[in-house]
Amino acid sequence: MAKKKKNIEQLKVKDKRKRTAGSLGGDIFIFIFLCLLGIFMVFPLYYAIIQSFKPIEELFVFPPKLYVLRPTLRNYSDMFKVASGLWVPLSRYIFNSAFITVIISVANIFVCCCAAFPLAKCKFPGNAIINKIVVTALLFTSSAMWIIQFLVMAVMGIIDTYFALILPNIATSMGLFLMRQSMVTIHDSMIEAAKVDGAGLFRICWTIVMPNLKPALMTLLIFAFQGAWNIQGGSLIYSEELKTLPTIMNQIAASGIARQGVTFATAVILMIPPLLVFIIAQNNVMETMANSGIKD
Amino acid sequence: MSEEKIVTAETTTAEKGKPINKQSKWKYTWHMMKLNAGCYGLLAPFMVLFLIFIIIPVCISLPIGFTNFNMVQLPKFVGLSNFYTLFLNDDIFMIAVRNTLVFAIFTGPFSYVLSFFIAWLINEMHPKLKTFFTFVFYAPSMTPSVYIIWQLFLSGDSYGFINSILLDLGFINSPTQWLTDTKYILGVVIVVQLWISMGAGFLAIRAGFQNIDKSMYEAGAIEGIKNRWQELFLITIPSMGPQLLFAAVTQISAAFTVGAVGQALVGLPSTDYAAHTIMNHATDYGTIRYEMGYACAICFILFAAMLLANKFITWLLGKYLD
Repeated sequence: MAKKKKNIEQLKVKDKRKRTAGSLGGDIFIFIFLCLLGIFMVFPLYYAIIQSFKPIEELFVFPPKLYVLRPTLRNYSDMFKVASGLWVPLSRYIFNSAFITVIISVANIFVCCCAAFPLAKCKFPGNAIINKIVVTALLFTSSAMWIIQFLVMAVMGIIDTYFALILPNIATSMGLFLMRQSMVTIHDSMIEAAKVDGAGLFRICWTIVMPNLKPALMTLLIFAFQGAWNIQGGSLIYSEELKTLPTIMNQIAASGIARQGVTFATAVILMIPPLLVFIIAQNNVMETMANSGIKD
Repeated sequence: MSEEKIVTAETTTAEKGKPINKQSKWKYTWHMMKLNAGCYGLLAPFMVLFLIFIIIPVCISLPIGFTNFNMVQLPKFVGLSNFYTLFLNDDIFMIAVRNTLVFAIFTGPFSYVLSFFIAWLINEMHPKLKTFFTFVFYAPSMTPSVYIIWQLFLSGDSYGFINSILLDLGFINSPTQWLTDTKYILGVVIVVQLWISMGAGFLAIRAGFQNIDKSMYEAGAIEGIKNRWQELFLITIPSMGPQLLFAAVTQISAAFTVGAVGQALVGLPSTDYAAHTIMNHATDYGTIRYEMGYACAICFILFAAMLLANKFITWLLGKYLD
């Protein structure tokens, strides 16, 4: 009894550090370890950003420098100069990418969350088999089925429309599996209570379960946005005015050594939207965690 | 009323262990389906799209492995001949299998443990630092083609970053051909592959940490948990089964389908097929030689291997799943 009391006191002291276990020395060690590994992770990205600000004479200096002496926006302005000379205005490509990205992200999250709820929390005939199929589909590689997928879309008559980019990317087995795995951890009692109060499945899913799953939801948002933003279209789109921003950026960047700076500028530009979404989503996760104490 | 009757009928037969007669079993299933109509309603939008764009293409492309299909003429059934060729006559496939296994060990178990470990270390940090470090480790996975930067690093001339440093410091006298010398290719691609491996699984594990009930840790502290290792093994891992399984499945599929990175860095085919993987082999036959039947047979093998790995990992994580 006395020992327990002592432990509780200890706990209160440690609460100030918002931690229940772990020493300060360990914290510092972990911090240094993560920093060292982190440098390895971000170094190539840093280098890409630096390269995009280098004027042409600095790009080919030997040995390559890790900093810019005279930073310039030349590469970016060159990129826009090339882009503005295109047959279709650049704004059209930006619109295409933004449009399909928003539609896919919203639809993907909505459809996956709706489907994940019954799979995780209801007992009905077919539940187990559907779960198995989803996991199995996750393991199937697309390189064998792209031709059949193309044929299916051709039969549906959606080749060279927005639908060809949007529809196949909505029902992703990864999104469903992620949400299902997170929903399993939610307590049944919460759902039972809502059922007793007469809420329908749809309402339970979106007003009771989802607010408690913000971390998983934000993760799914990151995946969905990132996947959609990077869609290139490939053989599905041949009308110039329906092509996406990454397609055109890669075309601009693919001009070899003369446009090396431009190549990095396009890479940096394309990275900005997913980056913003990532930061917003992650901050959101942290906020929910700060509030989780009043969950009950 | 009727529901009660049927349910009791089911339980009593289950107790006796006798098979229930067919008619009433169907009736029971049908009854349960009607009872749970709402569930099917929620599932419907997903299942329709999933059926059209995933299930149907998969179901059609698996049998194509048993045919000779050049994408112009109709597929011609050839039985197991694709598989015979694959295993008995295709030396490059054997190289690809060996390389894939090497990759699979590094990008599979190794990077799985690494992403869990790093996600956990990040979780031990102050909340403000958490976002920052999560970003740092996830950043390489953010855009798919960002690993092209490595080409600049490893480029074979003296402008390649690594070469220039080594030349400058006097370790080497002439630039090393990192991307074309068979001695280095496999190692180089593995490093880049590890660099982008903190992807979906890593983020899912990070999210899983956030979902763990804080009261569990408080209870743990009262019960006398002394350090973070105990906390990790006694509380954190046991309550993260579902997320761990998710990360494992994505990791398996990533590990067995490596190839895109190598293709972009060292070309397809790489020098002497030094970094050739099963996936590269399938791409080679499917999109360059247009021998779709053979490509589907390769994917069939890959799919079977992944299913086995999945079975294994589910068994391994079994005690953490309900």
